[in-house]
Amino acid sequence: MTLDVTGLRKVYPTGDEALKGVDVSVGGSETTAMIGPSGAGKSTFIRCINRLTEPTEGSIELDGTDLTGLDDDGLREARRDIGMIFQEYNLVERLTVMENVLTGRLGYVSGWQAFRRSFPPDDVERAYEILERVGLGEMEDKRVDELSGGQRQRVGIARAVVQQPTILLVDEPTSSLDPETSNTVMRLLTEIAAEREIPVLINIHEVDLATEYADRIVGLHDGEVVFDGPPDDLHDGALDRVYRGGDPPESDAPPADETAASDSSVGSEPGGERASADGVVSPDGGTTDRPGPGEP
Amino acid sequence: MAAERRSWRRPTAFRRREFTWAAYLGLAAFFLWSAWGVGADPSRIASGLGRGLTLLGDFFPPEATPRQARRIADKMVESVAMAMVSTVTGIAISVPVAFMAAENLSPKPLYYLNRGFISLSRALNAIIVAILVVKAVGLGPLAGVITITFKTVGFFAKLLAEDLEDIDMGSVDAVRATGASPIQTLVYGVVPQIIPRFAGLSVYRWDINIRTSTIVGIVGAGGIGSVLLTAFNRYAYQYVTAILIAIIAVVLVAEGVSAVVRRRYQ
Ligand SMILES: Nc1ncnc2c1ncn2[C@@H]1O[C@H](COP(=O)(O)OP(=O)(O)OP(=O)(O)O)[C@@H](O)[C@H]1O
Ligand SMILES: [Mg+2]
Repeated sequence: MTLDVTGLRKVYPTGDEALKGVDVSVGGSETTAMIGPSGAGKSTFIRCINRLTEPTEGSIELDGTDLTGLDDDGLREARRDIGMIFQEYNLVERLTVMENVLTGRLGYVSGWQAFRRSFPPDDVERAYEILERVGLGEMEDKRVDELSGGQRQRVGIARAVVQQPTILLVDEPTSSLDPETSNTVMRLLTEIAAEREIPVLINIHEVDLATEYADRIVGLHDGEVVFDGPPDDLHDGALDRVYRGGDPPESDAPPADETAASDSSVGSEPGGERASADGVVSPDGGTTDRPGPGEP
Repeated sequence: MAAERRSWRRPTAFRRREFTWAAYLGLAAFFLWSAWGVGADPSRIASGLGRGLTLLGDFFPPEATPRQARRIADKMVESVAMAMVSTVTGIAISVPVAFMAAENLSPKPLYYLNRGFISLSRALNAIIVAILVVKAVGLGPLAGVITITFKTVGFFAKLLAEDLEDIDMGSVDAVRATGASPIQTLVYGVVPQIIPRFAGLSVYRWDINIRTSTIVGIVGAGGIGSVLLTAFNRYAYQYVTAILIAIIAVVLVAEGVSAVVRRRYQ
């Protein structure tokens, strides 16, 4: 199963050009991490793939079908094969764990069945199995608002996996979690991808989590892909390009303190790099966290 | 450490202190002018109070002949039935109106149309609506049911629409992302987020409707209000008291039930 995105552009009604022609292909059972500073367009990219956000231009081919050309019914059918996991979990708080997980099967049942909560026995069995797989066995009747962040994210994963998707899209799964839980979630995601032999595309802030768990890194800066390669190739210069839009061969040597900051970005202590990556000072004096409007 | 001491005062809503005082003065002047306009002069209030007290003597003890008592009971049942029916019809109409009046779920023209309808319903007092409806459909409880239904929509749809505007769209997105149809998205993503409020508001509105249903009879729209009006017209003040006690009892029971149920749903 492959996803081919070509020339993807997104201009929001506000005039923000969030994506400026992005080409990315993922396939096999590869885990791809998309890194980039806040506002780079990572979420926009992922939301454009299943058209939760309508792309402005470009094509998105899932196994040869262009999703951008589908009508409402076609799009719903395509979405059944795309599992999505969100930063804020986006569970329905007042529903039980089981109801949230079974939401992943809505694409296969009628409106009336959905209303009655009467899902086919196979779906229910699968939901139980997946809940056990993510470590939430026996939790099916708990209301989601009684769970911890890590448990909620695992419900989110279960909801996506029960769809039996052919690809998983994951938007910053760890930014609301502590370093320990972040590692568990990342491990779970990559293991599930391997077991089910599906590709996973993960947006992520934490560079060390990305390099640790991903087979491939895509670096996005200001709506453009500025790095695409294996984690081993993600040296300081490349990180510079991703987080500051700098072009190392042509730019002056960065001041010592900035080098130190980017060095710590690839450090191995879990969770430590997020603050430093956010705090890297960009050439115009602002932090990379909020790129100024005129930034290249 | 600082050579110069800096002073600080809480910023006012009117930006300048002079404006604040001007606003308060204006408000006081408006009150005095209004009081004078409605003729609320102290001597009249005093003499009115005296007459009121003498009148009060005529109201006690409450009294009703067996025939009158039966009439109170009949018309009270009619009021409660009117309230019940119009709560159900009102809420049934409110649900689609609320969805169409929620800015995040409805296209602009539909949004304005439904907001307009809600404003109209809220602008008109129940008695005014009842007078118009009685003109249209004639005397009787049907007029009352239509009136209270109309008023229910203004209240219920407005509050429900505001709740709908506050729902977490992230979870709605997540449901959509699984390939759910719009109806399923509503059932799984939207409805669970508003159910508790919906239940609470329904009971609350039911208790308001009981109160309204006891008054619209004054203009002929059915219920206990008509009995009250005839009693007043015949100067049968002790009978009036009996009717009022019946109304107060029913309203208190309704309020109690409503409070208990709403606490359950918190
Ligand atoms: N709904 C929206 N309307 C208008 N502009 C938007 C919208 N969503 C995102 N943007 C803009 O698009 C750009 C990319 O935003 P996006 O959320 O995709 O970035 P991101 O890389 O996911 O950032 P973060 O790491 O903070 O999640 C930003 O400049 C943002 O202001
Ligand atoms: Mg994002």
